[in-house]
Amino acid sequence: MSFAITMATARRIMNQLRHDHRTVALMVLVPTLVIILLYYVMDDERAFSAWAPILLCVFPFLVMFLVTSIGTLRERTSGTLERLMATPLGKFDLLLGYGIAFGVMACVQVALALTVSLTWLGLDLTGSLWPLVLVALLNALLGTALGLFCSAFARSEFQAVQFMPLVMIPQLLLGGILVPRAQMATVLEWVSNVLPMSYAIEAMKDAVGGGELGGEFWRDVVVVAGAALLALVLGAATLRRRTP
Amino acid sequence: MMNLFGPAISVRDLRVSRGGVEVLHGLTFEVPRGQVTGLLGPSGCGKTTLMRAVVGVQVVAGGEVTVLGEPAGSPRLRRSIGYSTQNPAVYRDLTVRENLRYFAAVLGAPKNDAERVMEEVGLAEAGHQLGGTLSGGQLNRASLAVALLGDPELVVLDEPTVGLDPVLRQELWQLFRRLAGQGVTLLVSSHVMDEAARCDRLLVLRQGEILADGTPDGLREHTMTADLEEAFLRLVEERGAAA
Repeated sequence: MSFAITMATARRIMNQLRHDHRTVALMVLVPTLVIILLYYVMDDERAFSAWAPILLCVFPFLVMFLVTSIGTLRERTSGTLERLMATPLGKFDLLLGYGIAFGVMACVQVALALTVSLTWLGLDLTGSLWPLVLVALLNALLGTALGLFCSAFARSEFQAVQFMPLVMIPQLLLGGILVPRAQMATVLEWVSNVLPMSYAIEAMKDAVGGGELGGEFWRDVVVVAGAALLALVLGAATLRRRTP
Repeated sequence: MMNLFGPAISVRDLRVSRGGVEVLHGLTFEVPRGQVTGLLGPSGCGKTTLMRAVVGVQVVAGGEVTVLGEPAGSPRLRRSIGYSTQNPAVYRDLTVRENLRYFAAVLGAPKNDAERVMEEVGLAEAGHQLGGTLSGGQLNRASLAVALLGDPELVVLDEPTVGLDPVLRQELWQLFRRLAGQGVTLLVSSHVMDEAARCDRLLVLRQGEILADGTPDGLREHTMTADLEEAFLRLVEERGAAA
């Protein structure tokens, strides 16, 4: 691994985004627009306050998962990955490069969604801001890492996009948004316990709910970070210098 | 510099299978240093697979590939080999200059190397153009330029002149000759026989086996014809008669 190569890779990915205004606009604006839509659909400050953090949790994950899985798939199919694998670039240089570049994008995305939610939409944030930002960012990283991992199993963009509902919807259904996790059937609760999104959602609820951030918040944060790291390591294992 | 003596590439009994079918059937040959070696043969004969094995990105089933004195694919070689694939492997959503600067950074080459290689492949005026807006020939040359970054000792080029007009082809071959003059070893594949005459050595491949290995003159002499295309046909007949 090399710091210079990792940063060069992150810069290269940012440059690619810079040439693609529409993708940047979609990444930055869509979460905010959906949150605004939610505000008017709910038409109820209290219900909105309960749902907004969940969207702030889900969106960075969702968007980063999509762009990363498609981005790395393109890298695989266009031959640039093979070319890079013949250079001194390390696997983690590439993965962290993607993580850093899309992490920056996630920051911008979350910053805008938060600003709009807290000002215009009057989202009530009793605690401080940083735990919320921390959890949103970790989610973005988790999405990036899982996207990298899943792209290894897709042969085409069509397949890559299909991984999104597969990875996303079970995590949302089992994450305690619709039904509290404790009320689920035992087996489902077990499954819920091993899905990182469950912890992300709980951490996000704590972050927005104010009050003391106790050991449980930090445990959730560590679990999400650990899951992101694990996905990154698994993603690295799918990158091969030699291919058949 | 690693091992200054001995061949640039030495291959012994190389076997490669792709998709369950053996495509290289035990190749043995050497490529001398500081020369242009042409890898010739019809499409589908295993040229690309062989080049991938030399670069160290191909899973091989057996045999030994030694490059610049090290086993192919070893980390120390990654800075010493320039490799350009048949499909131009450059980012379509970056400019030519951004592409080259990125690969230069990955290879640890100086920053102005990007400008040098753009000049060398005749893309100096297209530096600001996005990869996606280049013509096929320009894209090819951008990909070739990446392989020249950072003064590699060995340059492996898979069909670098496909789709180029005769003037550009001429210029590129002059560039290859110049590089060889500076001591760089080049392995260049082509399926156009008239390019064979420009090489110092030829390696003719057919159906995963070596049909001929020698100088263009040697090949002409052996087959008793002045035309290399004709020489290839005679080699095929000869092999057929022997089988």
